[in-house]
Parts: sequence; C-alpha cells; structure tokens
Amino acid sequence: MTNKVTNALQYIFLTIVSLFSVFPLVWMVIAATNTSVDVTRGRMIPGTHFLENLKNLIAAQDLWGCMWNSFKYALMLTILSLLICSLAGYGFEIYHDKAKDFTMSVILLAMMVPFVATMIPLFQMFSKAGLLNTTAGFILPTISTPFMIMLFRQSARSFPHDIIEAARIDGLNELQIFFRMFVPTMRSTYAAAMTITFMNAWNNYLWPKVIMTNDSSKTMPMLVANLKEGYVTDYGMLMVAVLLCTLPTVIIFFLLQKSFAEGITGAVK
Amino acid sequence: MDKVENVTGEKKRRKMSMSKRHNLTGWIFLAPATIMIAIMSFVPMVQALLLSFKKGVGAKLEWAGLFNYTRMFQDAVFMQSLKNTFLYLIIQVPIMLILALILASILNKKDLKFKGLFRTMIFLPCATSLVSYATIFRSLFAVDGLVNTVLIKLGILNTGYSFLTQPTSARIIIIIALVWRWTGYNMVFYLSGLQNIEYSVYEAAKIDGASPIQTFFKITVPLLKPTILLTAIMSTNGTLQLFDESVNLTGGGPANTTITMSHYIYNMSFKYVPNFGYAAAMSFLIFVLVAVLAFFQMKVGDKRDE
Repeated sequence: MTNKVTNALQYIFLTIVSLFSVFPLVWMVIAATNTSVDVTRGRMIPGTHFLENLKNLIAAQDLWGCMWNSFKYALMLTILSLLICSLAGYGFEIYHDKAKDFTMSVILLAMMVPFVATMIPLFQMFSKAGLLNTTAGFILPTISTPFMIMLFRQSARSFPHDIIEAARIDGLNELQIFFRMFVPTMRSTYAAAMTITFMNAWNNYLWPKVIMTNDSSKTMPMLVANLKEGYVTDYGMLMVAVLLCTLPTVIIFFLLQKSFAEGITGAVK
Repeated sequence: MDKVENVTGEKKRRKMSMSKRHNLTGWIFLAPATIMIAIMSFVPMVQALLLSFKKGVGAKLEWAGLFNYTRMFQDAVFMQSLKNTFLYLIIQVPIMLILALILASILNKKDLKFKGLFRTMIFLPCATSLVSYATIFRSLFAVDGLVNTVLIKLGILNTGYSFLTQPTSARIIIIIALVWRWTGYNMVFYLSGLQNIEYSVYEAAKIDGASPIQTFFKITVPLLKPTILLTAIMSTNGTLQLFDESVNLTGGGPANTTITMSHYIYNMSFKYVPNFGYAAAMSFLIFVLVAVLAFFQMKVGDKRDE
C-alpha cells in the first residue's frame, strides 16, 4: 500500500518538475505567434502572428546577419576545438609518461581561471593584434579547454592498445591511426564534445559583447539582449528572437541526445 | 618493456628509438591545445595580476601597489556584488544539487515508466541560451507579464506587482531562474554516475527492508560522492562568474541589489570610464575565491572517505 503511494507521489513529483521545466519554453513559442497585446493579456493559445512578428524583427534588427555570424563562429570553433582537443587528449593518454601527466595536471589548473580575470588582458591583446570583430577573435580564447582535453583523454583510456599495435604493424603512421582508428571508434565522445562546444559557443555572451564592437559582427544572444533595451517591449517580436536564438541548440541537442548521454557517461567513469 | 631484456642489442636499440619517436609524437599531438591554453589562460592571468597593481585610465598606467585591493573593500557597490554572489551561491546551489540528486535517483529506477520523456523534459532548459532564458523569465515576471496577469485574474493582486524592481523578489526570481536552467544539467551527471552503481545493491537494500529515504542517504549519496563533488565545484565556479542573468534579467538592479561580481567588473572595464587596473584586481579576487572554495570542497570531499 505505502509502496503504491510513494510510487504515485514519484510520478506526481516528476510530472510537476517536467511541466515546470517545459512551461517557459512553451510560453515562448506561444508568445512568438501572438501580438504583444495578446501576450500581455495572458493568451495561452498559439496565434497567427508569427510572420508579422518575424517581419517586425527583421525591420528592427539585422537578424540574418546575426544568425550567419553565430553559425559561422560556433561552427568554426566546434570544428577546430574538437580537432586540437581530441588530438591532445589522445596524445596525453596513449603516449603518457611522467612529464605528460604533469603537463596535464598543470592544464587542469586552468579550469579554475575565471573568464572575467583573463578578459581584460585578452581584450588588450586582441585589439593590438587587430582581432576585434573577427571570427578568430571569437574562437581563440576557448579553442582549447581543459574540460575537452580531459573528456578525450578519458575516452582514449578505453581505446584498446591492441588496435594501435595492429595498425602499426599494418604500416599506418601515428596520425593515420588517430584519424582512421580513434576518431571513428569514439563517435559518441565526439558527439558529446560537439554538443557541449557548439552550445557554449552559440550561447556565449560576455566575450562577443567585449570584442564584437561593430553592428555587423554581432551574434544572436547580443541581438536578443539589444531588443529588450527599448522602453516599450514588443513581446511577440522579442519571443521570435528568443525562439530563433534557442532553436539551433535545441535541434543539435535532440539530434545528438543519445550519443551525448553515452559520451558523458564515459567521462564521469 | 620488461621483455626487452631478452632480445638482441640491435632490436633493443630500435625499440628505444621507436619509443623515443612515439614520445615525441605524443608531444606534437598535445602541443597545439597546450600552447593555446598557455597563451589564452595562463599568460593573461599573469598580465591581470600585474595590471591589478596599477592605476590610471586608459593607456596611462602607473604602479599603485595594493591601492586597488584596499579600494575594493571600501567600494559599497563591489561589497554589494560580493554579498549578492554569495547569496546566490549559498541558497541556489544546494537547492539545485539536492533537487537534481532526487530527480536522478527517481529516474534511475528500473520499473519507472516514461523515463526518457521525463529526462528529456527536465534536461530541455539546458538547451536554451542564458540570454534567452533570462529574457523569458524577465518577460514572465514583468509588470504586464504572465505571472501578474494570472495573479490579477485570480483576484490575488489588484494591479501588476513589479517583481523585478523589488530587491527581495528580484533575487528570488534570479534564484528560481538559475534552478530552472541548471537542475537538468546536474541531473545528467548524477544519472551517468548512477549507472556505475550495480542495480543489485539497490535490490539487496530493498530485501533488507531499507526505506527509499534510507537507500538514498546510505547508498546513492555515498556512492555518488565523486560526481557530487564535481558538480559542486562546477556550480560554485559558475555562480562566482554569473554574468548573463544579472545583465539580462534584472540589469543588476534595483539599485545594484542583484548585481554580480562579473557584471560589476564588466561595467568597470567597458561601460564606465575604463579602469582596467581596478577591474583586474576584482577579477583576481574571484580567481582566489574559486581556488579557495574548490580546495575546501575537495578537502571536505576527501574527509568523508575515511
């Protein structure tokens, strides 16, 4: 009897938490399809004003420019970061010795360095180097992170040494072993790393706010933040912007959800 | 390597040079990432430390000794931002981590239905950008927002209440928003950690008549300790660097009662007349706090091992 009660309570609890989690997002979608007046009246049914809101947004802000910038920055960062971090994680684990293990522990210290502390010197460095408003300026500070190196080092631990030995006998060089053996085997780790890196890059707000001083280099989160600065808020238009800023990461998450969970599991072990 | 003794000297030498070559290959593989971390984290960190001992505006800087550090503790806004950040840390992080643990331990049950659906729904907030969710919560709690509309319709309020311009309610909303955004994220880490615990341990506990609460405290929590430690350190680190929410949900207001340290440092560097020396000193304090808190958390985490 008590078992049944606790069981029912569990479902009720999970349902409440799930609804609470999803509600603000559902509201966002509904608000994006309604006029601002209807939104403030508390209308909770999808409307027909999505295109009108989108038109207003395009008139008010450089939507396509920001979209393109965000995609460009996030994709470039994801590709390059995955490449150099996985290579490093593999290098640290497969060829490990005392010196490399020590280097790894020094790298882990960088996890404690808060971004605000490096932000000002980086800004000075980048403005001297002419990297303000550039893709390189966006990606360089986070192209290599201790977390990513650790994730790939952890997954390289489960990569069988027999495969490496066999490949060496077959005459593959070390770089070929990495690209032809390790990369395809560790697909779920790459998926997890890709999800995390892309989301972080897409969502980054502080760093682009510092270095993207031209209107033509701004990103989607900056566009959303700019919209709320007016005196009267057009909620319909604002929520279209929020929706478009959220959609890419949600899609990536759903596409890679399964591999993401597997990849993270490998890392926590 | 032990087997090498038995082979001829010629072979031995070849194997040595081979392992030397592999050693070098390893260094080449890890060099790009390592060099980038050195240039993008360690070098600026040292530069920030040097900068923190200087004062002046723009490019004209002069040595100021500890001036910036003593100034910090007389700066009412900075002290307020320090207080706010710790308020979020002390209240929000425990609520979030406990909630995530409870959710993970329920979702880990074998006979639970709709497991995937619940997990996806609870994780979904993590897919939204920080600016986006801050904007959504700001709109929900605006004077003409949904929460006020519902409260007025229910007859609880007569006119819209300005949640975001009252210090207490503004802080509570930031905490609610943070819990909403990050609980699912931490839950995923706990779920992964729980997969390493043999299910038979739970079966045995059940047979021995342990209540769900006993099982939670006696099995789940101790076995998940490394993961709990990891999430605690990550959350502490993240909270000490809160920026997007402060800027986009409340703008740090009313009267700086919700401003975070990072937000104030940003203002000091890029919004007001740039004072990089002072901003660097404040950011260095965050670094020290992150390091000290992580150290204590690891110590506490170790102790429970005995």
